[in-house]
Amino acid sequence: MDGYYAWMIVATALVLMMTTPALALFYGGMTRAKSVLNMMMMSYIALAIVGIIWVLWGWSMSFGPEDGTFFANPFTLFGLNDVTPDTYIGVMFQLTFAAITAALISGAIADRVKLSAWVVFLPFWVTLSYFPLAHMVFSCTDSALICTKIGAQDYAGGTAVHINAGMAGLVLALIIGKRVGFRRDPMRPHSLPLTMIGAGLLWVGWYGFNVGSIVFGDDWATTKGAAANVMQFYSETGRTFTNTTVATMAALLGWLLIERLLHGKATTLGAASGIVAGLVAITPACGAVDVVGALAIGAIAGGLCAWAVGLKYRFNLDDSLDVVGVHLVGGIVGTVLIGLFSTSEGAGGIDGLFYGGGFGSLGDQTLGALTAIAWSGVATAIIGFAIKYTIGWRIDEEDEIEGIDVTEHGEAAYDFVSLSGGALGSGSAAKQAAVEARGVNA
Amino acid sequence: MKLVTAVIKPHKWEEVRAALETFGVTGMTVSEVSGYGRQKGHTEVYRGAEYDIALVPKIRIEILVDEGDVEDVAGIVVKAAQTGRIGDGKVWVSPVDSVVRVRTGDKDEAAI
Repeated sequence: MDGYYAWMIVATALVLMMTTPALALFYGGMTRAKSVLNMMMMSYIALAIVGIIWVLWGWSMSFGPEDGTFFANPFTLFGLNDVTPDTYIGVMFQLTFAAITAALISGAIADRVKLSAWVVFLPFWVTLSYFPLAHMVFSCTDSALICTKIGAQDYAGGTAVHINAGMAGLVLALIIGKRVGFRRDPMRPHSLPLTMIGAGLLWVGWYGFNVGSIVFGDDWATTKGAAANVMQFYSETGRTFTNTTVATMAALLGWLLIERLLHGKATTLGAASGIVAGLVAITPACGAVDVVGALAIGAIAGGLCAWAVGLKYRFNLDDSLDVVGVHLVGGIVGTVLIGLFSTSEGAGGIDGLFYGGGFGSLGDQTLGALTAIAWSGVATAIIGFAIKYTIGWRIDEEDEIEGIDVTEHGEAAYDFVSLSGGALGSGSAAKQAAVEARGVNA
Repeated sequence: MKLVTAVIKPHKWEEVRAALETFGVTGMTVSEVSGYGRQKGHTEVYRGAEYDIALVPKIRIEILVDEGDVEDVAGIVVKAAQTGRIGDGKVWVSPVDSVVRVRTGDKDEAAI
């Protein structure tokens, strides 16, 4: 099964690409021109910080051998102690999941958060929220809560990744508060082409995410290369690849349809958002459903998320780039609908309500989703309030109005020079000389 | 001497320039501006959030002309820029006290 190892190397790199640059572009295009760099930095910083913590204690806490219902001992495999290099690729694959989950949250709190607060938030959040949920869902040991004790199916992370990040985004948006001028000033996306590129790259990267999430049976170690495993590899990757593809297509169209009906126009932002909503919803379900189920889940997720993103205005919640409307709602849709569309021919071997399996699976899926919502909500609230009342989350109001790129990073994304070569702009020789004379990095 | 100022739709700029050149206008100042008139702005929708965009992009043309050419120049601009739809813009004429050509120091009519 050399093919499996080769695929996992590619899959890991693909998921890394989802955080940097895909998510950074998707979010960056949606912000205003004065805060695109900060938005992109939040993804890049998340990758660097979460990745390092992952090899220190994240892997041990999520997949370590001394495990419990909620998490494993974070010190057993600290710094990948006792982990042999022939299994490192599995560690790295899961590293990319932890990183993108944390990065997803940043869209809910765009334009207004100190870099230092984000840097402090990340280690605490992955430790208290992501690592435990990854253990409960992905490790699937005998004692793991969501996978084993509840028995909810989640192929690639509808609960641990998307519900987790979406719920964290909701809680943080509430704690941190609205941007200056929310609902008063226009806050249009400054570059929809960036967002379209980001959405397309996310789609490609998502094949690593979903198709790479294949898990073999317990006898894998002893029967490596056995015909049964080869057959599982072929058929399961075929199923997850196909479902990921068609569900996303259905969601793209579903979003545009609802948007057209509600607002009169089918937009590029709607298409990009539909892609992500579909990918989110099929993430937990891609191994469990057939093509019809995938199409249904995609279409429902696309339509429902298109409607859900409008709710923030009703609740006066500044979830800036709709992390709640897309990831929390999409994650719940995908996780719960497994209870209807799951087929026993799939990876989990469970029939859902529409396939003659009764209400059992629907109940398990709902309980799994609720568990993730509750865990993430409580963990994020504790960290969110702790930061609010210590170092504080927000940049100064004046800085926020001027633009977080300049005030927090000392950079501007775009150098708008006129046809005359920018004689009046920031690049003038006189001003540059003055800056150098003062020894300031303006 | 008069200053003819025109604010027109951006896509009409080439036609206006060509018509003025044919007439014999040798120079003008052009800038990209934004604003609104009776037309008001337009509405954009992003993920269901409707934005009223008040400012519409326009081209502003400024031309210095002799008294005798004012009617013709203004008329040419109006004719070339007209689509008959709302938002076509405006042309206005204002008096100019003096003009100096920077290169030669020529004054007034000689500088136009």
